[in-house]
Amino acid sequence: MYEIELLINGRPFRGAAEARTTLADFLRHTLRLTGTHLGCEHGVCGACTVLVDGVSARSCLMLAVQADGAIVETVEGLAEHDGTLHPLQQAFRDAHGLQCGFCTPGMLMTLVELLRETPHPSEDEVRDAISGNICRCTGYQSIVDATLAVAGAAGTEGSEP
Amino acid sequence: MTGTPASQPRVVTRPSVGRPVPRLEDLPLLTGAGRYLDDIELPELLHCAFVRSPVAHARIERIDVEAARAMDGVHAVLTLADLMPKLTSGRMPLGASPIKGENSSTPFVLADREVAYVGEPIVLVVAHSRYLAEDAAAQVQVDFTPLPVASDARAAMAPDSPLVRTELKSNVLNSFKVGFGDVEAAFAGAAHVFSDVLSQHRGCGHSMEGRGVLAEIRPGDELCVWSSTQMPHDLYYMLQTMLGLDQDALRVVTPDVGGGFGPKYCLYPEEVALPAAARLLRRSLKWVEDRRETFISSIQERDQYWSVEVAVDAEARLLGIRGSLVHDQGAYAPKPVNLPYNGATAMSGPYILPAYSMDVHVVHTNKVPVSSVRGAGYPQAVFAMERTMDLIAAGMGLDRAEVRRRNLIPPEQMPYTKKLKARSGAAMVYDSGDYPASQREALAAAGWDDFPERQKRALAEGRYIGIGMANAVKGTGRGPFESGVVRVGQNGKVSIFTGAAAMGQGLATALAQICADQLAVPPEDVTVISGDTSKTPLGLGGFASRQLVTAGSSVHLAARAVAEKAIRAASSILEVDEDQLELREGHVHVRDGNRSLGLGEIARMLRGAPGYAFPAGVDPGLEASAQWRTDSLAYANACHVVEVEVEPTLGSVEITRYVALNDSGRMINPMIVEGQVQGGIVHGIGNALYEFMGYDDSCQPVTTTFQEYLLVTATELPRLETIFRETPSPKNPIGAKGVGETGTIPAAAAVISAVENALAPFGIRISQTPVPPQSLFRLIEAARQSQAGQPPRRKDLPDDQET
Repeated sequence: MYEIELLINGRPFRGAAEARTTLADFLRHTLRLTGTHLGCEHGVCGACTVLVDGVSARSCLMLAVQADGAIVETVEGLAEHDGTLHPLQQAFRDAHGLQCGFCTPGMLMTLVELLRETPHPSEDEVRDAISGNICRCTGYQSIVDATLAVAGAAGTEGSEP
Repeated sequence: MTGTPASQPRVVTRPSVGRPVPRLEDLPLLTGAGRYLDDIELPELLHCAFVRSPVAHARIERIDVEAARAMDGVHAVLTLADLMPKLTSGRMPLGASPIKGENSSTPFVLADREVAYVGEPIVLVVAHSRYLAEDAAAQVQVDFTPLPVASDARAAMAPDSPLVRTELKSNVLNSFKVGFGDVEAAFAGAAHVFSDVLSQHRGCGHSMEGRGVLAEIRPGDELCVWSSTQMPHDLYYMLQTMLGLDQDALRVVTPDVGGGFGPKYCLYPEEVALPAAARLLRRSLKWVEDRRETFISSIQERDQYWSVEVAVDAEARLLGIRGSLVHDQGAYAPKPVNLPYNGATAMSGPYILPAYSMDVHVVHTNKVPVSSVRGAGYPQAVFAMERTMDLIAAGMGLDRAEVRRRNLIPPEQMPYTKKLKARSGAAMVYDSGDYPASQREALAAAGWDDFPERQKRALAEGRYIGIGMANAVKGTGRGPFESGVVRVGQNGKVSIFTGAAAMGQGLATALAQICADQLAVPPEDVTVISGDTSKTPLGLGGFASRQLVTAGSSVHLAARAVAEKAIRAASSILEVDEDQLELREGHVHVRDGNRSLGLGEIARMLRGAPGYAFPAGVDPGLEASAQWRTDSLAYANACHVVEVEVEPTLGSVEITRYVALNDSGRMINPMIVEGQVQGGIVHGIGNALYEFMGYDDSCQPVTTTFQEYLLVTATELPRLETIFRETPSPKNPIGAKGVGETGTIPAAAAVISAVENALAPFGIRISQTPVPPQSLFRLIEAARQSQAGQPPRRKDLPDDQET
C-alpha cells in the first residue's frame, strides 16, 4: 500500500492505495467522492473525467499513485460552498443537458476545461471537446446548447466562467 | 376524462402542465450528490464478481473453486449447489408474468451443468474488494467439454441444426401466425408485387450506468435488495418466490438509475444470486456490472430476418403483405415472446392494409438472451414497412412520400381499428392522430419537394446527397395500471408515491407537474417517491413508453381526489358550503371573504387526534390513492425526414439534416419531451450506421468494448430539428401518449432511406441495419462491378448480405 496525498477541490486528502488502484476507485471508494462515475473502465466513455493539475484525465485509466501530490478537480468542487451552481451546471439545468445524470460529471469536467482554454467556443469546438464523452440519453444537443449558452453569457459579461 | 366539470373542485392555479419546468431531479445529479447503486456504501459490505462462461456452448464437467477459496481476502466462492439451500428453484421464473408454468427456456441462477452463451454466470465470488473478487474469479477452474453452437437463427431452425441447449428438442421456441384478411386474393388481384429480404442486427441498450445489485442483510433477518432496474416490483414479487420469503421480510429499492433503455426491464440471474448468497453468508453484498459484462450478459436486441412480399394496386395502394419473420431469441427467453409479437403486429403502422399474413418463428441461438432495447420490436417492424414503401415507389416510379400518403389512415377514420389484437388481447385501436398532416408538416419543414433539384446540382458536383423518410406509430402507455398515491404532509408539502420507476427520464418532474396543478401548489413543493416496495405496495415499472400515461393518470386522479377532500374538509371545518370555496396557492379560501385553511392545516386535522372532533363527512388522512386501469394503448406517431451525404469511395455517411415530427399527445413538459425525442433519434442513428454487436461463427462476441462497438458521439450529428404536434389521447384523463421510444423507432428506417437515395445512381438497395462504412463500401463496389457488366462474384458480397 502507498500513502497518497493530494489536493481535491481545494481540500487536502490523504489515503492509502495499492499500486493497481485506479484514481477513479480511490476517489470513489477510498475517499467516498462518488460524484465521479465509471461508465466503461476502458477509457472511452469519459464519465470518469476529472481534472488533474488542470488537465482532463480519465480517472479509470490513471492510477491513484500517479496522482500523488496532484491538484485534482472533480464535479463535487464545481458549485460554490453556498450551493450556488457553477454557470455550466446551471446551464445544464436550464437547457435540459442531463437526463439520467450518469455521464454528467465527466461532461461537466470536460467542458470546464474547454471553457478555460476557449471561453467562446464554436458549436463545432464544443462537439469536438465532448467527442470523447458518451451520453446515451440526450443526443448531446442540449449539452452543446448549455455550453454555448454559458460561453455566450460569459462573452456578454466579459468574464470567463 | 372522468367526472364532469360541475363535480370538479374549484382550483385556481397557474398551470405548470405544458410548461418547460426545470427538472426536480437535476440538483443532486449536477453536483455529484446523486446516489447510484455503486455509490451505496454499507458497513462491512462485501464485493462480488462472477465467473462467466468463456465459450458459447459446453458441458460443465467440473468446477474447482478450491484455489480461489484459499486466497487472501476471499470470503466465499459459490456455485449453484451452494446457493440451492436458499433458493426454491435454480431456474429463473418467466419475467413480468404471474403464470408459473412455462419456464423451460428461462436462464439459470448460475449454470452448473451446461453453458449456452459466452457470459453466462457460473460462479459467484465474494471478497473484501472487487479487485480481490476478480483476482479470485480468475483462479476458478471450470472444465468444459465443447458442444456445437447454433449461431444463425435461420439455420438454427433446421431439424438437423445443433441444439442451443441439450435440454431442447428444437431451437424453435415458438412459431405463430399474425394476420387478417384474404391475403391470397390480395396477391391474385394485385397490379404489382414486390418482395425483399431484410435483416437487422443486434445491439445493446448501453445505459451509461450498467446493472448492479446490492443485497443488504438487516437486523431481524430482513433483506433489502437495491437494484438498478426498471422493474422494482417485479423483482420484489420474483424474489419472494425464489427465496421463499414472506412479503414483509423483503424490500426492493431502486437508487438513482443511470439509464434503462430496455435491458433493465428484465430480471437477471445476478439479481437472485446476490440476495441468495447474502442470506446464505449473512453478509451484505454488492455487485456492479462492468462494461465488458454489459456486452456479454445484458439483454440485446434487434436480430431479425424479415421476408416480405407486398401486393399493391395500380395506384400503389396496399392490398396485402405476407411473409415470414425469424427472431433471434439468443440462448434463453427471460420474458414471454413480446418482441416478435410487437414487431409482427406493428408492421402496417400508420397505413391501411386490407390483408396480412406473417409467419413468426422465435429461434434460440448461442448468444446473449434477447428482450427489449428501446423500441422493443417496433424499429424492426417500421424498418420492414418503410423499406417496403420505398421499394414500391422505386418499382412504380413514384415519389416515396406520395406512396405513403396514398396509404396513410386519414384522420376522419380515427379511432381506427386494426384487425389485430394487442398483447393484452384487446383490439388494437388507434385512438387519435393525424398521420397525413404529420407527414405533410415534416416534409414541408425538411424541404422534401425541393430536394430533387438540390440533389441534381450536388451530383453535378460529384456529391452524393440523399433524402429519406419514415413514418411510425407506437402503442404507448401499456397497462394494466400504475399506482399513484398523493398525500399532503403536515407542512403542506405534497408527496407522490408511485410504482413507476425513474431511470433518468424526468418522471418525478412530470408527475409533480400533474399533481401540482390539481392542488394549486408549485411543482417544487411536490416530491416523488418511486421505486421502493416498502413505500408503494403496488406497481409495475418502466417499459413500453408507459409511465407518464399510466402513473400520470393515476396521479392526476389521486391529486384531484385530494383537492376534493380538502375542500370537503374545509367546508366542514369552516362551516361554509363547498361551492363557496376554492383551492388557491395551497390554501382552501372562502371565495367571498378572507378566511382560508392551508393544505397543511387540513392534513393535520385529518390525521386525527384523540379527544378532538373530526371533520364530518370526510375520511381520515389528506391523501388519495388511484390505480387508473387501462387495457388499451395510446398511439403516438412520428415522421422523420433525413438528409445525408455519402462518400462512395469510403462508404461513409454524414447526416446533414434531421427533421423529426413527433405527436405524443398532450405534452406535460415540452422540454422533457424534446429531450426524449432527441435522445431516441440518436439511438436510432446508432442502429442505422454504427452499433453492431458482433459474433463470430462460434458465437464468440467480437465487440466487447466501446472501441469495437461504436456509440454515436456528438461529432456525428447535425442539429436535430424537432416539430411537435399535440393530438390529445382520448383514452386517458391527461391526454398524454408516451414518448420514450418514438424517437428511436423510425430513425434507422429514415436514415437508410436517405443513404439509399444518395446512392441511387448506383442502383443500390439497402435491406439491412446497420450499414457501417465497410458494409456500404462493399455494396457500392458490388454495384459498380455490376454496372460495369461484371456480375459480382459471391465472395464480393458482404457476408451479412447473404441470405
